[in-house]
Amino acid sequence: MESAIKLQNISKSFGDVRANIDINMQFNKGEILAILGENGSGKTTLMNMISGIYFPDSGSIIVDGREVTIRSPRDAFSLGIGMIHQHYKLVEVLTAAENIVLGLPGKGKLDRAAVSAKIKQISMRYGFDINPDKKVYDMSISEKQTVEIVKTLYRGASILILDEPTAVLTPQETDRLFSVMRNMRDDGKALIIITHKLNEVMAVSSKVAVLRKGEYIGTVETAKTSYKELTEMMVGRTISLNIERPPPTGQQDRLELRNITCLNEEGIPALDNVSFTAKSGEILGVAGVAGSGQRELCEAIAGLYPILSGEIDYYPPGSDKTQPIVGKTPKNIRKMGIVLAFVPEDRLGMGLVANMHMVDNMLLKGYRKGFPVFADRKPPKKLAENIIKSLDVVAPGVYTPIRRLSGGNVQKVLLGREISSQPTVLIAAYPVRGLDINSSFTVYNLLNEEKKKGAAVIYIGEDLDIMLELCDRIVVLCGGKVSGIADAQSITKEEIGMLMTNLPDARLP
Amino acid sequence: MQDENIKTKTPDAHRKTRKEPFVRIVKRSDIQRAKAWMIRVGAIILAMCVGGIIVLLMGHNPFAVYSAMFTGSFATATSRSETIKTAVPLLGAAIAIAPSFRMRFWNIGAEGQILVGAVAATYFALYVKTMPSVMLLLAMMLAAMVAGGIWGLIPGFFKAKWGTNETLFTLMLNYIALELTKYFQHGPWRNPMSGGFPKIAMFDNAARLPKLGIAGIFDVHIGWIFVLVLAVLMLIYLRHTKQGYEIAVVGESERTARYASMNVGKIIMRTVFISGAIAGLVGFLLVSGANGTLSDSTAGGVGFTAISVAWLAKLNPIVMIFIALFIAVLSKGSNTIQTNFKIPASAADVLTGIILFFMLGCEFFINYKLIFRGVPSAESTPPDSTAPSPEVTAPDSAAPSPEVTAPDGAVGEEAE
Repeated sequence: MESAIKLQNISKSFGDVRANIDINMQFNKGEILAILGENGSGKTTLMNMISGIYFPDSGSIIVDGREVTIRSPRDAFSLGIGMIHQHYKLVEVLTAAENIVLGLPGKGKLDRAAVSAKIKQISMRYGFDINPDKKVYDMSISEKQTVEIVKTLYRGASILILDEPTAVLTPQETDRLFSVMRNMRDDGKALIIITHKLNEVMAVSSKVAVLRKGEYIGTVETAKTSYKELTEMMVGRTISLNIERPPPTGQQDRLELRNITCLNEEGIPALDNVSFTAKSGEILGVAGVAGSGQRELCEAIAGLYPILSGEIDYYPPGSDKTQPIVGKTPKNIRKMGIVLAFVPEDRLGMGLVANMHMVDNMLLKGYRKGFPVFADRKPPKKLAENIIKSLDVVAPGVYTPIRRLSGGNVQKVLLGREISSQPTVLIAAYPVRGLDINSSFTVYNLLNEEKKKGAAVIYIGEDLDIMLELCDRIVVLCGGKVSGIADAQSITKEEIGMLMTNLPDARLP
Repeated sequence: MQDENIKTKTPDAHRKTRKEPFVRIVKRSDIQRAKAWMIRVGAIILAMCVGGIIVLLMGHNPFAVYSAMFTGSFATATSRSETIKTAVPLLGAAIAIAPSFRMRFWNIGAEGQILVGAVAATYFALYVKTMPSVMLLLAMMLAAMVAGGIWGLIPGFFKAKWGTNETLFTLMLNYIALELTKYFQHGPWRNPMSGGFPKIAMFDNAARLPKLGIAGIFDVHIGWIFVLVLAVLMLIYLRHTKQGYEIAVVGESERTARYASMNVGKIIMRTVFISGAIAGLVGFLLVSGANGTLSDSTAGGVGFTAISVAWLAKLNPIVMIFIALFIAVLSKGSNTIQTNFKIPASAADVLTGIILFFMLGCEFFINYKLIFRGVPSAESTPPDSTAPSPEVTAPDSAAPSPEVTAPDGAVGEEAE
């Protein structure tokens, strides 16, 4: 098979962190290569060097048999290398076609018809579904991704790098993406997909290359490998993929939502008539495509999002008297004696302060306690030290700014703080997003411990495989409405996928 | 088009196995304190050199000029007093700015807040002078602080309620304060005895701040004690109080502040009120201390220069003491060299400007480093001994790249 890119002895360090060590790899035309590796294994760094964002410390890159220098994304593009990043870089107010031609050299006047024709031609060839005249702000996430891919193809890319393209897609959208990828493969393009998810690797790739801690471990043919082998290559030893699910204990109603409706900034319902009950001693999963109202749901319960109508009742343990919490601020909720812990999706932008060290971040929730005027930093320091010890946080010390910790450690710090308040309700939004397998399991264990202690755990997730193993019940959101509530042990992934995209009464097959 | 590009590039690629960009700009993750200070000292020396060349071109001896700048602000008790008199309002205004800036509320309205404080104090000095001196001074101070605080609170209120842009708002309020001052000076408060000049009468002694100097060293009004105490109080306020913590959290992330159930609007308004009140106090010190009366040149740009002071000091009130003194020396010194060497005022200001430019500019080299072609391994040496262990920083993140390719400025995706 013809080689598209060859990497020889590529190394890259950041300070004294060796992100890539002596990597030798080859990417072939007409092939989908999956790059698999835990967080911090150096996948993205490697791809960033191919796409011109980083410059390697040593080693050489050979494209089409010639040694090349890639100093900028522009250099990469002139070599036919296109990267689709995790975070799309589109201008919201422009149409798909305008975004696609943006930045290309051309005459003063834009020949829209020609552009549209070329986009249509690309779409036909690979099976994209794209409307060139649709504005980006009207698009779903998968449509935006399509625009990004077509953008690179329009510019003649023959080597495409997709960085975790499925993270935000529904199972159905993922399947569509994969079929497009296969069409591109058959057309002789070289595709590289970075992912954490083994099942997707198995589904789409021709070969799998594994990185571990910055080093290249090896490449295997997908057809001849197994989950077990790949996991072993990735983590270096066999780890059980089985997530523990202790049976729910003493289930009592803890938090009841009745007909909750919230409007977003545009006045459109972000939550529409949402009702469910979270029970003590269980993990309640909330599934849904990104942006189906999960964020608003969490924040509404936590008292951070205005609720238009509906009720939320809290049932204190060992008492029948309900306490309504709608319209209360987080401060008031705490004053009522309700210990509600919330691990938000945006860890560094909401749950923690990135530029502050651990002690000041521990202070965030309890800074009002203690002396009247001065902030008491002794208890938070102790808490920070405890969390480092009990959760194995890798940090130089409690006075290291949070932004310098890795994603997994940041999450441990945040979860550690929230759990330290001994909550009766714990809301965790995407707590394992971007975490490697080991850190993810630490998180599952922590959630299970809270469940055993009798907390009502609400888990907002995206990986359905994990949710099916971890949660006791699953609420599915679709466009701000509850499209189904099911027992996690009796529903299948496909059924959840259907509920995520369709309301049951709308159109079921 | 793409094929052409490849062709034009390949000869290069063949001639040289690796062609690095000539210079790359890399964000430093951390820098040793000593190294940072070396860069700062280096910047000042460089500034002196560049300034020296300009002095040389004007036909003077740079060493003589620089030493005159220094002696002119320190040699005699009078010059020392003058320098300190200049430094007091600068320091005060910089302290006033600190809490707003810590909250990332870009309050560039200290000038106006100083002026309204001065106006309020002047009202008491001119029209409520039956009180005993201490009472009068206290009343003037309180009035100045309330007025300055309200002047700060107005943009704070609008920011908290409707998210208006505080930079423009505070800037515009400066002009209103200045014109208000002019109105009083030319209109109702004009001294009929001033022989046709639009002037406000000098305050009575009861409304003047007492002098408190150290015999033979300097002799300045008591304001210098005020600002030194304020510097210490502000340090404690920002570092150790709950309100100081709230300010820092709101400054870093309003969402986090809301998440921690802080009342962001209240914190913004409270902080900007404190800022304005301290600026108002500076206005009181100016009219009651150094100047003895109010005029439209009372603030004279102090509120703007103080932004440089605050920034150079990284919002640390104790460091501000030294920076304020340094800038006072510069401005006093530039007066001296104007008279001693007949160097035009504008040229003297150019010298001051060069020094400030280098001092502010060197922060870039503290935050970023340049890597030149052919010096490859310099970046792999750990910047400091407490550098994170490999697991701590995650290079494999989706965060924007800390590394920027310099020559063609092609950064990110849209640059193709």
